[in-house]
Amino acid sequence: MQLDSKIPSGSLAEKWDTYKNEQKPINPANKRKYHVIVVGTGLAGASAAASLGELGFRVSSFCFQDSPRRAHSIAAQGGINAAKNYRNDGDSVERLFHDTIKGGDFRSREANVHRLAQMSVHIIDQCVAQGVPFAREYGGLLDNRSFGGSLVSRTFYARGQTGQQLLLGAYGALNRQIQAGTVKVYPRTEMQDLVMVDGHAKGIVVRDLVTGELTAHAADAVVLATGGYGPVFYLSTNAIGCNVTATYKAYKQGALFANPCYTQIHPTCIPQHGEHQSKLTLMSESLRNDGRVWVPKQKGDQRAPEQIAEGERDYYLERKYPSYGNLAPRDIASRAAKQVCDDGRGVGPGGLGVYLDFAEAIKRLGVDVIKARYGNLFDMYAKITGENPYQAPMRIYPAVHYTMGGLWVDYGLMSNVPGLFVLGEANFSDHGANRLGASALMQGLADGYFVLPYTIGSYLNGVKPGSARNDQPAFVHAREGVADNLNRLMSVQGKQSPDSFHRKLGKIMWDDCGMARTEASLQRALRDIPVLREEFWRDVRVTGKQDEFNPVLEKAGRVADFLEFAELLCLDALERKESCGGHFREEFQTDDGEAKRDDANFCHVSAWEFKGLGQKPVLHKEPLHFESIALATRSYK
Amino acid sequence: MTSDMNLTLKVWRQSSSKSSGQFVTYHAKAVSPDMSFLEMLDVVNEELLQKNEAPIAFESDCREGICGACSLVINGVAHGPERGTTACQLHMRHFKNGDTITVEPWRAKAFPLIKDLVVDRSAFDRIMHVGGYVSVNTGSAPDGNTLPVPKDDADWAFDAAACIGCGACVAACKNASASLFVGAKISHLRHLPQGAPERKRRAKAMVMQMDQEGFGSCTNTLECEAVCPKGISTRVIVEMNQEYMCAGG
Repeated sequence: MQLDSKIPSGSLAEKWDTYKNEQKPINPANKRKYHVIVVGTGLAGASAAASLGELGFRVSSFCFQDSPRRAHSIAAQGGINAAKNYRNDGDSVERLFHDTIKGGDFRSREANVHRLAQMSVHIIDQCVAQGVPFAREYGGLLDNRSFGGSLVSRTFYARGQTGQQLLLGAYGALNRQIQAGTVKVYPRTEMQDLVMVDGHAKGIVVRDLVTGELTAHAADAVVLATGGYGPVFYLSTNAIGCNVTATYKAYKQGALFANPCYTQIHPTCIPQHGEHQSKLTLMSESLRNDGRVWVPKQKGDQRAPEQIAEGERDYYLERKYPSYGNLAPRDIASRAAKQVCDDGRGVGPGGLGVYLDFAEAIKRLGVDVIKARYGNLFDMYAKITGENPYQAPMRIYPAVHYTMGGLWVDYGLMSNVPGLFVLGEANFSDHGANRLGASALMQGLADGYFVLPYTIGSYLNGVKPGSARNDQPAFVHAREGVADNLNRLMSVQGKQSPDSFHRKLGKIMWDDCGMARTEASLQRALRDIPVLREEFWRDVRVTGKQDEFNPVLEKAGRVADFLEFAELLCLDALERKESCGGHFREEFQTDDGEAKRDDANFCHVSAWEFKGLGQKPVLHKEPLHFESIALATRSYK
Repeated sequence: MTSDMNLTLKVWRQSSSKSSGQFVTYHAKAVSPDMSFLEMLDVVNEELLQKNEAPIAFESDCREGICGACSLVINGVAHGPERGTTACQLHMRHFKNGDTITVEPWRAKAFPLIKDLVVDRSAFDRIMHVGGYVSVNTGSAPDGNTLPVPKDDADWAFDAAACIGCGACVAACKNASASLFVGAKISHLRHLPQGAPERKRRAKAMVMQMDQEGFGSCTNTLECEAVCPKGISTRVIVEMNQEYMCAGG
């Protein structure tokens, strides 16, 4: 299989215009004959469904939540980047592009990233017009703050709830189209499989989560905007329902899965407190604007933080990375936290924590300013820990947060399967091996509002509308396959809950494929995962019935897919014999413990092709070319 | 550090909207004070599954107080005893050993029950469909800074926009009114110039849809404000009424 990324010719700055100019528009009267399925209603899915509806396409939008408004984009806290240069601090599209490529450790596709930087400015305009209540200054203009991996202030925000406000903006746009009749929404409906007709994606099989009914939906194109796969680690900052099922099923139908080993461990999360914990909570990276990260210099120092004098503290990010300091990128800040904890200098229970201290900022700016900037985050911290962060420093520790890997897509966001488009976190394209803060919201909305509406036409133009019908054999067959799979889950009648298997899988993944990976640990994981999967299919217990509201069955289906997908992730991590961004192989590091890339052998996208369960997937490589930025070792010092 | 607790739970169980429901008593043992309320229910559910009984159905997703999925009436209070806190962010340290805790679903005609503690809140979506937005097509927006918004207005709009659509306001109201929810959206857009062109149409359509969905009227009891996890003020209801009256017949 030859991977064709279909990057337009011309200089980077001209590529997107070139692409758009080469598109042949679809006659407006014909647009309503095309039916597009969009799965997922987060920033990417909701903005795509709404924008396609506005253009006149017939859209069906699916989400497993009870309302589109609850998709997990809602939980993004800190902000959204845009190269507006409203601060007059020298920002530009080129600088945002440059920061994103460098932040991604030179493992993303230049052309996509450049387009993302270009689109960033339009996103802010669009969201302001929708009435998103961004933070403003007294003069009435938009405010900004700084985020990791950048030396300019380009992050727009709405207190600590930026994702919520942007998603409600997109949800509003979606609602407007629902009211207009162009979009039909199916909440509490989960995709179970992708339907292929003659090699093209032509529909999906879904389960109604209230009645258990399985139905097949036919369309002219299918768009997956189903988010990442962070919960393969069990504990993560993701929502309980986030899962890999949609993208994994597409992979099993022939879509290539790219760079699954690129997972982001976020440095500032509330440490785990107990064995029954169901999720980890992020404390926005924006806190690193004013908070200072430190641990005691002395190993095993058990004193309370206020008893540790200034000279006895190690502000290790400021020490190691003087130019970026506490705003070092996420992968670097996480690894540095792990190193000081491994060194026996961690704080709190089990020594798995570092301090994020606001004492100096409170002294400098006053409590009121800190409260205005971070009030809701401080409240959240207090609720979860029972400690007051205005009086004592927060304790934080890294946690799984985002996954840069995803289904392979070309420049037009179409996978190698014709008619299957993939947006937002679900695709692999823009963040390389590490995503910068405040860039996920940017990518989700760029893909949905501004990229897909242009690129989907290039596929639909070559397709006869309405050619697929859900009574065709492919649909009937796919629906039967889903029913068989669910019956199989119900019929095991074992002793262990789906959740207990999920926890076991998470432990394997975190211990052997987490913040630091080695050949030995990955081989151990690759040995243990199939054993656990076999145990799952022998001993899982699903209570209740298939044809009813059954959260245990939902969970079982998702865990079954994680148990397969985890193997792919570990295999990718094993085969990538270098360290880059969030993928840290202990064998490949510099003398001072930084990630050591191997550009000669690994400057490519690893795209995996499914060959059957138990068979080794086939690796396809898309070489990455850096024309406008020279490949260089990242330095934040 | 407080030690683990043993609790008695009285949980509403109802297999579907068509069957009748009842309280069923469960014992939650060795509950750690650091667990969230939902994690405590997870443990109870794990035990039920081990006994081959159907686990208690309840909703949650983000488990960090922002998605609005969780919807439990705990000891008679929507989201439980802690102010400004969703059930998923309620931690067991607020209870004591030996407590008996009742857990019920949102109860409102406009929120039909699906199973146990899960209700259908799609009425909220339908209210939003008729006008909870600014009608602007993708791609037609002017530069973000061409429209200055005084900081106080932006802050006020944000306070209202913080609504997570959980429905606690409806569950707490003796009339099952959705006025706080509807008022929050109307107030959010009223305080921004972007919302001005559709003010009248929006207020009328949303209030009418709220009535059609079977929500009750507001009689100023202010329970909604007391249980709102995002602290949304009943001032938004005053504004909703102003907007509706100004919208004319």
